[in-house]
Amino acid sequence: MSWGALYAQLGGVNKHSTSLGKIWLSVLFIFRVTILVLAAESVWGDEQSDFTCNTQQPGCKNVCYDHFFPVSHIRLWCLQLIFVSTPALLVAMHVAYRKRGDKRSMLASRGAERTPPAELETLKRRRLPIAGPLWWTYTCSLFFRLLFEGGFMYALYFVYDGFRMPRLVKCEQWPCPNKVDCFISRPTEKTVFTIFMVASSAACMVLNVAELCYLIAKALTRCLARSGDGRRRYGHADGVMADDALLQNKKNEMLLSSSTDSSSNKTMC
Amino acid sequence: MNWASFYAVISGVNRHSTGIGRIWLSVLFIFRILVLVVAAESVWGDEKSGFTCNTQQPGCNSVCYDHFFPISHIRLWALQLILVSTPALLVAMHVAHRRHVDKRLYRMSGRTNPKDLEQIKTQKMKITGALWWTYVISLLFRIVFEVTFMYVFYMIYPGYKMIRLVKCDSYPCPNTVDCFVSRPTEKTVFTVFMLAVSGVCILLNVAEVLFLVGKACSKQLHGAGDWTVGAWIQQKLRSY
Repeated sequence: MSWGALYAQLGGVNKHSTSLGKIWLSVLFIFRVTILVLAAESVWGDEQSDFTCNTQQPGCKNVCYDHFFPVSHIRLWCLQLIFVSTPALLVAMHVAYRKRGDKRSMLASRGAERTPPAELETLKRRRLPIAGPLWWTYTCSLFFRLLFEGGFMYALYFVYDGFRMPRLVKCEQWPCPNKVDCFISRPTEKTVFTIFMVASSAACMVLNVAELCYLIAKALTRCLARSGDGRRRYGHADGVMADDALLQNKKNEMLLSSSTDSSSNKTMC
Repeated sequence: MNWASFYAVISGVNRHSTGIGRIWLSVLFIFRILVLVVAAESVWGDEKSGFTCNTQQPGCNSVCYDHFFPISHIRLWALQLILVSTPALLVAMHVAHRRHVDKRLYRMSGRTNPKDLEQIKTQKMKITGALWWTYVISLLFRIVFEVTFMYVFYMIYPGYKMIRLVKCDSYPCPNTVDCFVSRPTEKTVFTVFMLAVSGVCILLNVAEVLFLVGKACSKQLHGAGDWTVGAWIQQKLRSY
């Protein structure tokens, strides 16, 4: 059980994401998870063993290390990546729930014997449009992602007073005698990786904001288009027959394309 | 046998769970096992090498470590996760037994259509009857194991907090010796996190038990209602 298993879980969600969502997932796995596993973990590997204090007092090193590094960068990033990836599973659960409902209604309307397995398979594999309740689930998951990203970035800034790793810290904790100089291992390399991870995190936040704006814009255009159609239909005094035919055509279209997607047209305008 | 194969075994049970059961399984794997493997194990990795005592007396370090940390958090969590996931296998065994019985009855009735046998094998079982009892018992066991481990944690490490300094006077340490624990704050953070997620899992299990009991009660009431109405009608017709 490791990052690979998480990648397998999230890869499945990719199908139902927008293009920006797919880019976000790639940035997450390539620039953050892979870099964390391959590079950052070896940079921070000897953080405690190579933390040296200018004293022979036993216990001083432990206490000073604990005082200046309450939570290691690596652990904060691990938790951040886990929390940021999880809202996508909300979307996956919603999609699974909807597909199950669709399958059940299809079997109920046609009967289990008359439904060819190929059709059930297409129903299982098809990509659901992000509309209706699924739109809300997706948008909520984006909000949570932004919240977690921002929260963890703030936590990192707050705990370490900025994103820079100092070379030297002065420690006065008991049992250290008076004031003791302690030296951090690989400070420049740690600063470089911290800035890199912060920049990737910021890029991910920008992608999430862009995706949110895109979804809101798409929903607004859909709303306007639908209300525009409604007004046009009521405006025509003549050609009542044509209007009826148009109405029937729209109904048939809805039944054909989203016969099992009936809930998608309910919540948005 | 490692966490990956464990994951493969337990995921198979997912099919026969309720919606809440599936959420519980996701929380277990993502917020507990994954966090344990990628983060917590490296925090506790140097717990013995980083445990320093203010003495040069050989053996004092080992004795004091053993006295204050009879069993490491990591091992306790691993045990907890394994024990908590295992009741789900009761359900898997029951489902397998039922399918075996169904297949045998099918064959005994003279039909041997391989397609139907395959369908019996892959069909999702409804959580009713004896399976309902097995499922509810497995949930109760899960809750008992979770609570027991939380209590054991509290007993061994009072207050769930990792202290920076412990005072040790076990033989062969001379008099009382100060010993310093490695990364106490980070360990406290992860202990509290794992505890919180354990609490969430207990709530999910309780919710699932209530959901199943509620479902069974409503089914019973509907069924009893129909029976009494039907019997009443029949009684009335007979009286004319």
